[in-house]
Order: sequence, then structure tokens, then C-alpha cells
Amino acid sequence: MMKLEKKDILGIREMTVDEINLILETAESFLEISTRDIKKVPTLRGKSVINLFYEASTRTRTSFEIAGKRLSADTINISASTSSVVKGETLIDTARNLEAMNPDIIVIRHSAAGAPHLLASLVSQSIINAGDGAHEHPSQALLDMMTIKAKKGKIAGLKVALVGDILHSRVARSNIYGLSKMGAQVVVAGPATMIPRDIERMGVKVYTKLDDAIADADVVMMLRIQLERQKQNIFPSLREYAQHYCLNRNNIKLAKDDVIVMHPGPMNRGVEISPDIADDPNYSVILDQVNNGVAVRMALLYLLSGGNE
Amino acid sequence: MKLLLKGARVIDPSQKIDARMDVLIEEGKIGACGTAITASPDVKVIDLTGMIVSPGLIDMHVHLREPGLEYKETIASGSAAAVAGGFTSIACMPNTEPVNDNRSITEFIRRKAAEANLANVYPIGAISIGSEGRQLTEFWDLKEAGIIALSDDGKPVMDAALLRRALEYASSLDLPVIQHCEDKNLSGGGLMNEGYYATILGLPGIPAIAEDVMVARDILIAEYTRTRIHIAHVSTAGAVLLIRDAKARGLNVTAETAPHYFTLTDESLQEYDTNYKVSPPLRSASDIAAIKEGLADGTLDAIACDHAPHGRTDKEVEFEYAANGISGLETSLGLSLNLWHDGILPLPELIAKMSCNPARILNLDKGRLAIGSDADITIINPDLPWIVDVKSFHSRGKNSPFHGRSLKGRAVMTIVGGDIKYNGLAEKP
Repeated sequence: MMKLEKKDILGIREMTVDEINLILETAESFLEISTRDIKKVPTLRGKSVINLFYEASTRTRTSFEIAGKRLSADTINISASTSSVVKGETLIDTARNLEAMNPDIIVIRHSAAGAPHLLASLVSQSIINAGDGAHEHPSQALLDMMTIKAKKGKIAGLKVALVGDILHSRVARSNIYGLSKMGAQVVVAGPATMIPRDIERMGVKVYTKLDDAIADADVVMMLRIQLERQKQNIFPSLREYAQHYCLNRNNIKLAKDDVIVMHPGPMNRGVEISPDIADDPNYSVILDQVNNGVAVRMALLYLLSGGNE
Repeated sequence: MKLLLKGARVIDPSQKIDARMDVLIEEGKIGACGTAITASPDVKVIDLTGMIVSPGLIDMHVHLREPGLEYKETIASGSAAAVAGGFTSIACMPNTEPVNDNRSITEFIRRKAAEANLANVYPIGAISIGSEGRQLTEFWDLKEAGIIALSDDGKPVMDAALLRRALEYASSLDLPVIQHCEDKNLSGGGLMNEGYYATILGLPGIPAIAEDVMVARDILIAEYTRTRIHIAHVSTAGAVLLIRDAKARGLNVTAETAPHYFTLTDESLQEYDTNYKVSPPLRSASDIAAIKEGLADGTLDAIACDHAPHGRTDKEVEFEYAANGISGLETSLGLSLNLWHDGILPLPELIAKMSCNPARILNLDKGRLAIGSDADITIINPDLPWIVDVKSFHSRGKNSPFHGRSLKGRAVMTIVGGDIKYNGLAEKP
């Protein structure tokens, strides 16, 4: 098995297809561990992983923590608020202090795009970007690709529609890179206020209507709408958004019969996705995503620790 | 001291001089210009064969940070950076702490500049009190104290009625008004040029129209009030078009751009290097092309570097929190000479944009080598190869995206009022 020749996981943009495949295959091999009675292997015993979260997160932080623990790494969670970052200790000083404690991997979530790059340039430890601003969320895209591959048997040739606030979505950016690299056709949709400028240059087709985007789609990924964006006049009201961009029993028929529906969470039921779609096992793979997330993060921790079974 | 500058190519665009000549300096003034001036024994002769003698360069847009932000720059360190970069005169923006919106701050700046005794420092006063865009400052009082122009700098006058009154009131004193054109509603929250690179970096964008809209508005206000306006650091193709059109219609509009706007694009931001964070932001390749056209056809009158020195703590942070600006005085000439090396501007035109043109805009009796004028002279070796090293900067601000870049040509001597204030002739490259 090949090794991952990378110090850090900062984004999918810098990843090769071989690297993505290696991570997905490694993750698949780890899936079984989470089904055991004793969900723990000694692989990363003696390694320490710091989860440095400057932004609220339940799912991703827990997922990284469980991933580390299942591999017997010591995991430490640090929650910091960005307000204290601005006024108090700088990211650079925090980084140097953490480095001095000699952990093996630092997982960082930050509201400022590029913060993981700054950290990676400062410390010798491996950095995993667990989401930076509207930039990238590589472990999310990897778990999404793993889920698609598991359900569809392939990624190449599939039509994947990403719907919602693309402008503010790091999940969208990482998935656009990853899915395009793996040969999928990616389309995005949302009102024009939610489509970032020149996104066509990333190789995606852009639609402003949900129906056009999901027509004949193999995969539909709905993105969370954040209510606070209403203040920036990105959209006038949740009510109007839901009327035109909510995935429901009617419009889902436009997609392929075997379409799968994904959501990175947390969901706004009734806003971007209707509850009966979210809970319908014929469509929804949302909980598979969460399950695969642990395996993908185990794979990342393992590969960055130099693992090559 | 008398100085005889011998054997250089003398370029004085204000008098359309471009010839091999000697220049004699006596008592701080230009004493004579001509071929084969013989030196009396009390004259120090400097052989400048292969060099260019230019009117002292003028940078009409710098930030000296004093009072209030001395950890970034002082008037003394900024003046040292100026003369090391070949500038004999600089005009400093009012965004100090406190803002230069009253006589006492202006007098303080002038006193500090006199103590530094390096470059001529011309304070620019604030248009509104605290540059808050509400109440006009006392233009008369400020002018008497020594300001040569008005600007609210990075806090542009958003209120069109206030700008109208500022232009009108300033015109009665013949004080130029300089506007940083940025519609703050359109740029709000933005961190870099809006476009493909902002999209892939996930950074909020500042659209080019944030600049264009205000340039258009301000041109219209200047036209209606029959006043003049100067547009600072033009960065967009749209602004170049608007200014070109305004000039063609005979309006009294002038404009400057900065070296980074014809050198770097938003593509440079891909590593989130905060040294590339400037306001207005680095734009696209097509904007650079338009800026170069605007320089070549005279739409853009001046090159000013928007010298914005910062401390490490201002830049060594997440991109979102980093301060805007480049410490530019010591790279401005070298970067601008690329316009000549690349065939975009003949040397006399380039020198005009860095000497007599800003002097004209600011009503300064500077920027020429006429007999009897102040002996402010920049001696340029236009082909000298050198590598930018921020550690050698005289400025306290080491924030430069050009660190490590190879440049061709720089100032080798700077003479202010007949005195040598910077001498790099002895230094080996």
C-alpha cells in the first residue's frame, strides 16, 4: 500500500486522485472497526491529536475525537472563540505553545479562511483542516465521496447537484474539487446571490433553479441555509427560500429514480430539505455520511501518522 | 557645499530636457545646467557617467503613522525610507492617531519632519473631523499650518453632499482633494478582489464596481461643482475608462496608481500571504493591462506607492484580521522602472509621473531642474540589478510582497535642498 506523502491536509484542491483513492480505501478498511464490540485498535497508541476548534462544531469535532480514540490516540479538545483570538493570544502564539507540547496532529476549525495554512506554515506537526471559513472542508468531501462510492459503486460519470448557499459553503468547494477530480459532473444551484463569481471556472455548471439542477441527478446534496445570511440580503426570507429551493417529494422525481440525497448537517428541516425526504431510507444517506465520517477521519489520522499497514 | 554632477543623462520632463549634461548645485539651488561645466576648487565633483539625473522624485501618497502608531513607522524612519527609495518629497496621509484634522497635528508633523531633516514632508489634512465623514475640518487653518491637500484616505467620503461641499470649499483655497474611491456598502466585509480567486479561496470579495461607482460619482460631483478632484490608487479597468472619459471631456480630474496595481494580481493571494493584502485589493490581469494603458496614454498622471508600513503583529495573523498595505517607498522606483524596461513608458514619461506631475497636482514648486529651483535631485542607475530584502529597509514596516524579488534599477543618490541625504553609490550590488 502506498503512503500519503503529505504533511498536512489543507484542502482537496491540492490532492491527487491517487491520494483521494488511498484515503477512501483506507477509510473503507477502517469501517469494520466501528462495528466491533470493542471499538478500538492500538494503531495510534502513544500518538496525540489536538482538536483546536475556533468555531462551534458538534459533528466534526466529535467525529475526529471518536476517530482518534478508536485508533487509541490521545485526543485533546480545545475550544477557543475567535473573539479572544482577535484580542488575546494570536493563532501564532497558540500554535507555538501547542507545538512545544509536541502533539502529532493538530485538527483545526476556524472561521477565517486560510487559518490552517497559517498554522501549517508555523508548526512542524501535521495539520488537518476541519473547515476554514468558506474555503475548504476536506474531510467532509472525503466522507461524501466515500458515501457516494459505497452507494453507487463509482463516482466517475455521476451527475451530482449541490444546492444552496454555495457562496458561503466550504463543503461545496471541497466537493467540487473532489468530485470533479474523480470524474463526476458537478452542477450547483441556488439564487444568483448565493453563487460566487466566476465559479464556472471551477468546472461546474450553474443553475438558479432547483428543478434544472436536479434533473437526472444521481446525487443531490443539499446545503444548510444560515438564517443570519438574511441580514446580508442574500435571500429575503426562509419562507421564500423554502418555497423554491426545498427538496421535497415532488421535485425529487426529476432526479434519477435511484438518486441519493445527502446533507452535511446540521439540517434545517423544512427549509432546504423536507423531513420526509431526509428520513426516507430510499433516498437519504445522511446517517451513512456521519458513519463514514468517522472512518475517513481515522484514515486521515492514520495516514498522516505515517501508516502504511 | 557646492556639487557638480558630471556626465549623467539629465532628464527633466518639466522642461523637456533629455540630454547628457552637467548640473551644478550651489546654496541648495540648481546653479547651472550645461555641457562641460568646469569645477572651481570648492566644488565637489561627482562622476555620474551612465547614471540618470532626475528631478527629485515625489510620492504623493504615503503613510508615516506618526503621531500614534510609531511602532509601524515614524516620520524619521519614513523619511529615511523615502530618500533611500529616491524620493525627495512625500505627502503623508492624515490617518494617524489622532487624525490630522487640526492645526496642531499638522504642525507636529512638520516639526518632526524638520527634525528628521531628510525628505520634504507635506502633510495632507483630513476632509472631515476624525475622517468620520460628518463635519468638515477647518481647511483655511489647516492650509495655514502647512497642509497641501485634503483627503479622508481609507475612510472615503461616502456622503455625496459632504464631498460636494468639500470640493467647493477646498476650491476657494485651491487645495486639491484626494479621494480613495471605494463604496463601502459594495465593498463591505470584503477581503480581496471579487472573482475566481476569491471564490476558490473562500474569501469575501470586493467587487471592482466598489471603486468604479465612486470614481464615477466623484467625477460627476467635480464636474457639477466645476472643481478639481484627484483619484487615489486606481486599481480597476473601469476606473481607468471613467477617468479617461472625464479628461477627454476637459474635466479637471487627475489620478494616480501604485506599483502593486501594475505588478501583482489577485492570483498572488493563493497562499493567504497577508503581505499581498492591500486596499484597494490586487485585481485581475485585465485590470493590470488597463492600468498600464492608462499610464501610457496619460490617463493616470502619477505613480504613488501608498506606502503603508505595518508591524509584524498587524500582518502575522489570519488573513481576515490582517492590516491592509505594503511598505512601498523602497521598492516603488525599482518596480516602476519595469514600465520602462518593458517598453510601456519612455523614461522621461515615467519620471514625470514621479516628479513634475505630482508636483503639479499638489501645487508644489518642485519636480524640476530649472536654474534657481530647489536642488532636489534623484540619481538613478536604471539598469542596476538588485534583490529586494526587507531586512535592509529603512522603513520600520517590513511588510512587502516583493521581498526576494529581482529588480533592475534604483536610486543611487538622493539630494534634498542641495544636501546628499542618501548615498548608495559606494554600495556594491
